[in-house]
Amino acid sequence: MIEKKPIIFLLLATATILVGTIITMVLPFRWINDPKLAIASVKPYTPLQLEGRDIYIREGCNNCHTQTVRPLLSDTERYGEYSKSGEFVYDQPFLWGSRRNGPDLARIGGKYPDAWHVKHMKDPRSMVPRSNMPAYDFLNRPLDTSLSEKKMKALRFPYTPADIQALQGKSEMDAIIAYMQKVGNDIPWRKTGTAAVLGELKNPFQDNMSVLPEGQKLYAEHCAQCHGIELKGEVGPDLRDMDQPDSKVFSSVYGGIAAGGMPAFGDTLGKERTWKVVTYLKSVHKH
Amino acid sequence: MNQQEGYADDIVKGFVIWSMVWGLVAVLVGVFISFQIAFPQLNFPPYLTYGRLRPIHTNAGIFGWGIGSFMAFFIYITQRLTRTSLWSPGLAKAQLWLFNIVIALAAVTLAMGMNRSKEYAELEWPVASLVVVLWVIFAVNIVMTIVKRREEQMYISLWYILATLVGVAVLYLVNNASIPVSLTKSYSAYAGANDANVQWWYGHNAVAMVLTTPPLAIFYYFLPKTTGVPIYSHRMGVIAFWSLIFMYLWTGAHHLLWAPVPDWVQTLAMGFSVMLIAPSWAAVFNGYFSMNGQWHQMRENYLVKFLIFGITFYGMQTLQGPSQSIRTFSAFIHFTDWVPGHVHMGTLGWVSLVLFAAIYYTIPRLYHTEIYSVGLANVHFWLVLTGQLIFSITMWIAGVQQAAMLNATNPDGSLHYSFIETMVELYPYWHMRAVGGVIYLAGLLVFLYNIYQTITGGKAQAAAQRA
Repeated sequence: MIEKKPIIFLLLATATILVGTIITMVLPFRWINDPKLAIASVKPYTPLQLEGRDIYIREGCNNCHTQTVRPLLSDTERYGEYSKSGEFVYDQPFLWGSRRNGPDLARIGGKYPDAWHVKHMKDPRSMVPRSNMPAYDFLNRPLDTSLSEKKMKALRFPYTPADIQALQGKSEMDAIIAYMQKVGNDIPWRKTGTAAVLGELKNPFQDNMSVLPEGQKLYAEHCAQCHGIELKGEVGPDLRDMDQPDSKVFSSVYGGIAAGGMPAFGDTLGKERTWKVVTYLKSVHKH
Repeated sequence: MNQQEGYADDIVKGFVIWSMVWGLVAVLVGVFISFQIAFPQLNFPPYLTYGRLRPIHTNAGIFGWGIGSFMAFFIYITQRLTRTSLWSPGLAKAQLWLFNIVIALAAVTLAMGMNRSKEYAELEWPVASLVVVLWVIFAVNIVMTIVKRREEQMYISLWYILATLVGVAVLYLVNNASIPVSLTKSYSAYAGANDANVQWWYGHNAVAMVLTTPPLAIFYYFLPKTTGVPIYSHRMGVIAFWSLIFMYLWTGAHHLLWAPVPDWVQTLAMGFSVMLIAPSWAAVFNGYFSMNGQWHQMRENYLVKFLIFGITFYGMQTLQGPSQSIRTFSAFIHFTDWVPGHVHMGTLGWVSLVLFAAIYYTIPRLYHTEIYSVGLANVHFWLVLTGQLIFSITMWIAGVQQAAMLNATNPDGSLHYSFIETMVELYPYWHMRAVGGVIYLAGLLVFLYNIYQTITGGKAQAAAQRA
């Protein structure tokens, strides 16, 4: 019996664990990252983005943030188009994460302007009042670029001496924000993914003063971080005395303004609450 | 008597004591990071943020406390089951030194942010290479001891020990393959979805080969030793062993359900995860049936309580795990606090309860003394049980609540809550979890005090005998 022969036992046990290993771990190498499934618009990281990614790894951001949008309503509505394997071919290591103490970041690139990220990294609670993210103010220190070229070579990413030279004078904050703005932005999902609002764009709360307190509360939670609690503007513009029609304001809040770095709020607020915010915004004047 | 047999027991003492030290570190850091989640102002950048401390918590727990005690008991058990002294006590001594150096290096480098970012395989390549050396030394010593054994038949525990030795080696080597840039920085050899698939093949099977097979080896040895009655069924042991190690390695991708890896890999992982209930519960039943006519020992013998509660948590864990691997359920609870609740039932409930029993059993024998206080051992039992249950149950509820909120939609199909609205509702649960952690820590301190008194009592006794 093999229970009397330790070496044979050891070999048999090895063979046993290798069956599942070969089928589910080794074989998929043939299919995953197949060049035929490559997405042409997915580009390698630039030296600054790669340094930012390494800071993300160093600080263990992946302990709280995932980078995969699942093909589930709650994920795609909240974050955008679901993740495809072709988006990750330059990711060594992958950073999909396993826990969401904070939101998924797979579609963070381009969602907010750089200024938003700077404020958020320095003091997360100034932008998201009850966030439990640590403050990363110390990233203002100069970026260590001594390994940058070796890193690009190790991963066989294209770069020019000018790219490496351009890293001089950059801070770690610049690098991590460059990375944030790149994540998930290699596929044109924002252009194709904008949802049209069905039905007539007519404010159901026109001149309805009773919704103003709720509108104000929603504004404080979702908008004040960029436009200031008194609407005087900061990262985003001054919102007092808006002369646009309600429908236009609604579209901007609901669908965002991609060019201006204004994220869409329709997917989290829904139509009704968006109209309440619009009603509140239109009620605020300078004098 | 042990000295006459020539067993290398000093090395066992060393591993037991150091594993307890690292276990304390793991729980202390764990309690601290649970407070950090509830009170973010407790983050002290750059070195003491949640992102850097969390891998220290997991590494100290799994490798410092887990592997440290497994090394102790593998050496203890193997010598006794083969009636042979350790092949090389010198090598084992080097192993103990290297083990502590590696764990200490791990803590320091992780705090400094040197981190491969792969869960439970975070250590940068120079430290990871030391781990490989450590494992080779260990494996050679154990295998050679078994080869020169005086007992012809290998008892169940030895099968699990052999499977652990080879399993950990394969997993660790493959997942740690990297491209070094400098002494402190490397990149994974695999990219994107491949890297994810390799990582979770490793990540889940570390649960198999580090957190399942070794405690089973220990359980199968110490349960009969403690109760004085043999294991219920050898045949059941054989079937359960081979089917467990066969099926486990297919299941890693159940961590990647709904992620961009091929559908057939996800489906296989789900199927095998569900099938794994059978071999897991065979071990549970083997434990329970061994207690036939012996259940009164649950009341009379505090060690039995630890072992039987331990295997019971294993049973619950191996029902919960497979159900989590079902796609629809995974869609709901994956990425929420449900999962830390699940993991801690396994690590605090199953692995640690079995290890506590093994330590209580061996320490008095190694130091030729009696346990200092059975009463304190009972206090320890109830504190860690309460702490663990508070932790797990609050996290299960938190996970279900957050999942329900994340999925809630308005009549027009838009989402009802923003992410942050779902998150802020979790603070009360996070406070409860921290309380659970503190209770568990209190239990651990009682345990350490009890063991300390047992050891020093034994030393006093030995001194009195010499005089």
